[in-house]
Formats: sequence, structure tokens, C-alpha cells
Amino acid sequence: MSPSVCLQEMIRVIRGARTQGEERGVIQRECAAIRAQFRQADNGGRSHNLAKLLYVHMLGYPAHFGQMECVRLIASSKYSEKRIGYLGAMMLLDEKQDASLLITNSIKNDLSHSSQHVQSLALCTLACMGSAEMCRDLAPEIERLLKASNSYIKKKAALCAVHIVRKIPELGEMFTPSAHSLLSEKNHGVLHGAVILITELCERNPDNLKQFRKSVPELVQIMKNLVTSGYSPEHNVAGISDPFLQVRILRLLRILGRNNDAASDAMNDLLAQVATNTDSSKTAGSAVLYETVLTIMDIRSESGLRVLAVNILGRFLLNNDRNIRYISMTSLQKIVQTDHTAVQRHRGTIVDCLKDQDASVKRRALELSLALVSAANIRSMMKELLLFLSTCPPELRSHAASGIFNAAERYAPSQRWHIDTILHVLVTAGGDVRDETVPNLIQLITAASELHCYTVHKLYRALISDIVQQSLVQVACWCIGEYGDLLLKGECEEITPMQVTEDDVLDALETVLQSHMSTPTSRGFALTAIMKLSTRITNNVDRIRSVVSIYGSCIDVELQQRAVEYNALFKKYDHMRAAVLERMPVIDRNSSGQTNGDPSVEPMKEFNQPKPVQGVLIQEPANQVCDLLDLLGDSNPPLLVTNDHTSTAPNSTNSTSSNVQDNLLDLLGGLEPTPAPSVTVFEKGGLSLKLQCDQQTETSTTVTFTASNSTQSDITGFNLQAAVPKSVQLQMKAPSGDLIPAQGCGTVTQTVLLSYTNKANLKMRVRLSYSSQGTACQDMVQIDSFPSPAWS
Amino acid sequence: NRNERRRIGRGKLRLQKWYVALSDTQKKKISREVIQMVLARKPKMCSFLEWRDLKIVYKRYASLYFCCAVEDQENELITLEIIHRYVELLDKYFGSVCELDIIFNFEKAYYILDEFILGGEAQETSKKIVLKAIEQADMLQEEAEAPRSVLEEIGLT
Repeated sequence: MSPSVCLQEMIRVIRGARTQGEERGVIQRECAAIRAQFRQADNGGRSHNLAKLLYVHMLGYPAHFGQMECVRLIASSKYSEKRIGYLGAMMLLDEKQDASLLITNSIKNDLSHSSQHVQSLALCTLACMGSAEMCRDLAPEIERLLKASNSYIKKKAALCAVHIVRKIPELGEMFTPSAHSLLSEKNHGVLHGAVILITELCERNPDNLKQFRKSVPELVQIMKNLVTSGYSPEHNVAGISDPFLQVRILRLLRILGRNNDAASDAMNDLLAQVATNTDSSKTAGSAVLYETVLTIMDIRSESGLRVLAVNILGRFLLNNDRNIRYISMTSLQKIVQTDHTAVQRHRGTIVDCLKDQDASVKRRALELSLALVSAANIRSMMKELLLFLSTCPPELRSHAASGIFNAAERYAPSQRWHIDTILHVLVTAGGDVRDETVPNLIQLITAASELHCYTVHKLYRALISDIVQQSLVQVACWCIGEYGDLLLKGECEEITPMQVTEDDVLDALETVLQSHMSTPTSRGFALTAIMKLSTRITNNVDRIRSVVSIYGSCIDVELQQRAVEYNALFKKYDHMRAAVLERMPVIDRNSSGQTNGDPSVEPMKEFNQPKPVQGVLIQEPANQVCDLLDLLGDSNPPLLVTNDHTSTAPNSTNSTSSNVQDNLLDLLGGLEPTPAPSVTVFEKGGLSLKLQCDQQTETSTTVTFTASNSTQSDITGFNLQAAVPKSVQLQMKAPSGDLIPAQGCGTVTQTVLLSYTNKANLKMRVRLSYSSQGTACQDMVQIDSFPSPAWS
Repeated sequence: NRNERRRIGRGKLRLQKWYVALSDTQKKKISREVIQMVLARKPKMCSFLEWRDLKIVYKRYASLYFCCAVEDQENELITLEIIHRYVELLDKYFGSVCELDIIFNFEKAYYILDEFILGGEAQETSKKIVLKAIEQADMLQEEAEAPRSVLEEIGLT
């Protein structure tokens, strides 16, 4: 057996290996030696061997055979062996390994060891990898150490307790009294641990929250001492006295002050003091200031304090340090809905950050910019956003494109602007837009009837310059097919028209048809467009006829089918051709089928749609199906069928998307969809707030709040704020106003868009603030269930 | 709550500490992903990355990257300070620490980390106290490893 080398020598040899294979060879030899040594009953080099094994493990090689050696070393009486043994345990054993249980007894013994360094090893290991079982076993020991030991051990015991509470929340009760008394310690390490423990206890159990609120004055005092104390070399970091402790206390105060007026009041002055006096020239100070801002925004603070906080964030935005700019934007994102006007003031700087080099900063700036778009700034913001789109990193393009579409839809100053914007996006980032963009744009175009001529000219121009962007190609083909006659007329008010001949147009469409860059969908669009032109042009119908007949034997089945049907239209049904291919009526948003994006599907085909939709239903992930079953089942009281006088029950079990539903029923004779009923969620002193859900899909709902006033005098300054659980995203649109006329003469409405992954988690808390009859009021209402819109 | 911290040198993992239970394969996968992301960052970029539902906070010191994966509600700036404090501790201990120190004395680097951070949270905010504790522990270790006196060997003490 080769003599065992010392750790450093082994490391040197491994690093000297020139190839991966050589390295592996060295390591295999070493591991064999180590394994042999482990098997020997007693040898002095055990700790060195384990250390070598741990090094090898760090390089990524297997080391399970070392687990038992860790157990043995931990049980040794020599400190040097315990030290490496515990390190090994933390690296090789985790709670999932069976061997980890074997060290529980050793840990228990070591927790009461005479040497605090041994105790420390045990505490560290327990807090790092202690399983729930181990924690349950050893919790009483930890509690004992929390009460009666020196500060070196107390601080570690506190963090150990945190780990235990995270593993077994019910055990929190055990530590609550000790946690409380730890707050009166002077030692910073102990205080730090105590604050973290209390934070954990409060986050787990609302009863603890109530109890520890009483400690707010104590915490405020500790903070004050830290902030006003003189220079303390031991804890000073860049001029701030123990920023780590300050940040943790601020975080705890945030949790205690949330939704509680008394607690928030008690900390108001302190927060103002910290916010004003903390020097933020270095990271340590900025960290404290940052935490202070987060706390101010989350508790019930005075408006003056809130303004101070937003201004600090604004200052951060101008900081040279990119990190500071980044966290400033993260914070602004959190408050952009509730403190919209305050954040708007910094819009210029935020938009500038779109041009930052760093992708993380860009992402934040994009989110914020989209949230700040309003009717007032839509034109200038869109210019910046479109500029951003052309240079933004690829991972952000899809998000930017859909954000732009949403903004355009909500605030478009004119239809022409809207169409132009969408076209611009398609040209710049057509490959990254969602599938619905094509039918949505087509619907928009049909609705803007005065702009058909302008639109088709613009699209034709785009098509002949480039056919790479498929979504653009599809929309262009569709338009040319529909409005080709306008294109050929050569007159247009809004744009200088090109003189286009019929051959030019057909050439363009045929290029799409034949290009290898075109997807099958685009080719389908092009073929249909060519066919439609047969009734809109005069001279080249034969050309069209021949194109169509060629594609009758195309390999692509979809194209072949279309061509064959169009052929039939030319031959047997020529008398119907003009009628079938005439101008389409304006497409109504709700009734366009969500299929492959081609709305020019003939009516006959729509009867086939329920089957594929159902097929998709069955393949959909289980939880989605359960959601549907929930909606259709009887467990959900808000399902409203009372207003609906038709017997839609049998039909509603067959289809999912209400769009297809509408289609079916429309074809079957049309039933007017009943308006979604509204539910009163709040009523007090004459002010009532109703809620109505529209446009509900599996993952989103549009909620409209309507506030009305039956008192004798107007309600003014009406403001609605909403909060949702983390898994839900919220977007509040601007309210219709803030004055609710008296005696029900008018209402204030506000729309909120919610998106979520699981409808079951959907809850909302709404805070109303308003002035009624001279007094300022604030009320809160929790909404746990949302009415579903009626199936039509 | 810190989930894991890593030191990366030249694309190789020098140290890693995990505070959540994951299998070896999972740990390897996560390490690979994070290392790739961090090494792809350019010098002037900000120190924060979003990854899955966590935040990665990293800072470069010479040839070493120090990374922390923390939960969403953590204060990123104070995490940077924690990283800096750890580097200061290493520096004080080794005397102008360099990557080789950490490679050849990795277990000491772990001991220092474990004296500063416990269960994913900072346990001591005073540099002095941490360093003193390590010093005392090192002395204990030396005593334990010291060659046994002749009397001890024959069992007379």
C-alpha cells in the first residue's frame, strides 16, 4: 500500500495532472488508499484522510464511503477529529441520508460539552443539515442553551432555533419566551440572532405577531441607540454602526407594523430619523436606507414619510452605482400601482435606464416603463419603447412586444397610430410576438374601415421589402387578399400610394407562396389571398386559376385541401364564387375562433372545431382540468346560472373556451350573452362597492369595481388600493374619477387586471380611502371569491 | 435566508456551502448553471441576477467570484456586505488572501465561514470576535494534534 501523502501534497499532485484522465487516475489511487485506511481500526491520520476525501468530493468525485468515517470522527474525543468530522457531515450528509440520524446522539452530547468550541460545532451542524427528526429530538437542548449560556453560544443557539422553527413550525412555541428575553441582551451577535428568531416566529404564526408587537418600543430604542451612538470600531462599517443588525431590525419592524396602526405609529419617528440621517455614500449605508424605504412603504405610514421614501428611491435612481439603480427600480416596481403619481415623477430617469448596458437593469426599466404608460404620455413612451425593442436583448423581446401591444391597446390615441405601432413591432420583432397577435391585428384592421386603404398600402410596402417576419407576412397577405382592390386603385389619402399592377400584387403573393422562408401557415394565408383576389381584379383571373390548380397537388396537405376547394369554387361553384369571397364583415372580438390564427376559415369548418378543442382538453395538464371541473361543479357557490334563462348546461360541459362556446351558439341561432352580474363587496354608511368579473380565462380575470354613494353629500378623494397574494399579478387601470356624486347620481369605476397560475389562490384585499361629510375615512375589505361571468 | 454560497475560480468551484437539502446531482446542476451565468457577466454589470425564484448576488475579487443565492425578500445590498465581510475575514486570517490559500487550505476557509454564518444567517457582526473564535479553535486543534508525550503513550497521564 502506498504511503499516504499529506493533504497539501495530494492537492499539489492533483493540480499537476495535465489531463482529466490523469487527474481521475490520481484520485482513484488516493481514494483507494483512503478507503483502506478507513477500514483500519485505529490510525492517527484519520482526520487528514477525511480532509483529503472532502477535497476530492469538492472536485465532484463520489465520496459516500466517507459518511461513516464522519460519524466515527464526530464521536471521537479529540477536537481536531471532531472539527473535520462535523465539516464532513455538513458536506457529505444531508437530512435525506440515513446516516445523518447516527450523529444525533453525538450532537446531543456535544451540545453540553465543556468546551464552547465543541458546542459550537454541534450547533453549526444542526443548523446546517438537521432533519425534522433531529430537530425535534434536540429542540429542548437548544432551548436550554438559549437561556443559560454565554453570548458566544446564545447567538448560535438562536440561529439554531430559527432552523428548527423552519423545519417544524409548531415548535416555535417553545422558543417564544426566550426569544423575548434575548432582546434585552447587549451583545450584538445575540441581538442579531434574536431578531432573526423573532422574525421567523412572527412570520409563521399570527399569534406571535400580536405578542411581539408589544416589543416595538424596545426595538425602536435599540435602533435609536445604534443610529445615535458614537463611533464603535468593533461594529462600524463605512460609518454605519452594525448595518447588519440595523437591517434585520428594520425588517422585523416592517413585519410588526404591517396592517397595524398602533405599531406603525410607534416606529414613525424612528423611520424618519433613519431615512434622513443615514449616510448612503457607501453600500452599507445604502443597504440600511433601502431596508428603511421598504419598511416605510409596507406599513401604515404617514403620507409625508411615504413621500420621503419615494424621494430616496428617486435619488437612488440617479446614483452612479448600478447596483443601487437596480434595487431602486425593484422597489419602485413594488409601489408603482399604489403610489403611481409619485413614481411618475421619475419616469424620465427610468426611461433612460432602458439604454443601460446591463441586462438586469434593462429588464427592470422595461417593467417599470410599461407600468408607467398612461394616456397622457403614450406617444412619447411608445417612441422610447419601440426604440428599446429594436436594440433590446433577445430574452426581453417577447415581453417587450406584448407589453407594447397591451399599452397600445389601452391608450392608443388613434386607430392609425395603433395600427402603425403594431406594424412597427411586427417589423422589428415579428418573430417574438405571441400567436394571437395576427388575428388581433386583423380584427383591428377590419374595425378601422376608413384606414383600409392606408393599411393595405403600408402592408404591401412591407411585404415587398421583406418576407422574413411571418406574422407580418400573414397579416399582409390577409389584407391584400381582402382589400386588394383598394391597393390597385392607386388612391390613398393618408399615404402616398404606389402604382401597383395586378401582376405586381400576384407576384408578391406568389413569392410568399414559393419562398422556403414561409411557414405553412403563411403559405396558407397567401393562397387564400390569391384566391380572394380573383373577385377583386379584372385581368389576371386565369393566372390565379393556374396557381390554384398547381397547388391542388401540393405535398402540404393543408395547402392541397385549400387549392382543391378553390378549384372547385372555380369550376363547379363559379356562380357562388363572388359571394363566398366577398368582403368580410367587421370581426367581433369575442367570436373569433382561437385556432391556427386564420380567421378567413369558411363557416363550414367551424363545426369541426369542438372536437379538436376537446382533444386538447384531455391532454391538458391535470390541474387545469381540475380547475375546469371546479368551475363546472357544484362546489363553487359563485357560479352564476340564475340570470341565465337558457339551458346551457349540457353544452357547457362539452367545451372549454367561452370563445368556442360563443361560436357554437352563434351558429345555432345566437343567444345574447348575459352581462356578468355584479356582487356587492363593501357597504358602509351609504358607500357601496360592487365587483364584476369579465373576460375570464384560466389564468386571468378582468375585475371592474363600481363605487356608488347613497348619502346626501358627495364623496370626494375616493381612492382604491388593492393587494393580492404573491402568486397573483395585479394591474390597476386608472379610475374614472375620485368624486362619487351623492344620492346615486353617478359612480366611480376602476378596472383591475389579474393574472395568476392557480385560480384557487385568487384573493384580494382592497383598501378604500375617501372623504365623506368632512371626515377622512379608510376601510379595508377582503375578497376571497370572485363571481364567474355567466356562460352565455 | 441564504440557500447556498459559492466561490468560483477560473470556472472551477473552490468552495460551496449549501443550507438546503438537495441531492448531489441537483447541486451539481445548479452549480453549473449559476457558474455559467456569473462568468458570462461583464465587468460593469450590476451584482444581482434573477434566477428561478431566487436572487443571485455575486462579487468578484481578483480571480475569485463569490456568489450567494438568496430568497426573494432578502436585502441584496446587505448580502453584498456579507460577502465583503467574509472576504475581509479570509484576508485577515491568511494575510492578503489569494486563490491558492483557499485551494490548499479549503477546510480553514470553511471553518471561517462556519464561524461567521450559521444556518444561512450571519451569526456575528463583529469581525474581531469571529477572528478571535477561529484563533481559539485553531489552538485547540493544535493541542489535540500535538504529539503525545512519552508518559501519555504509556498511559501514565
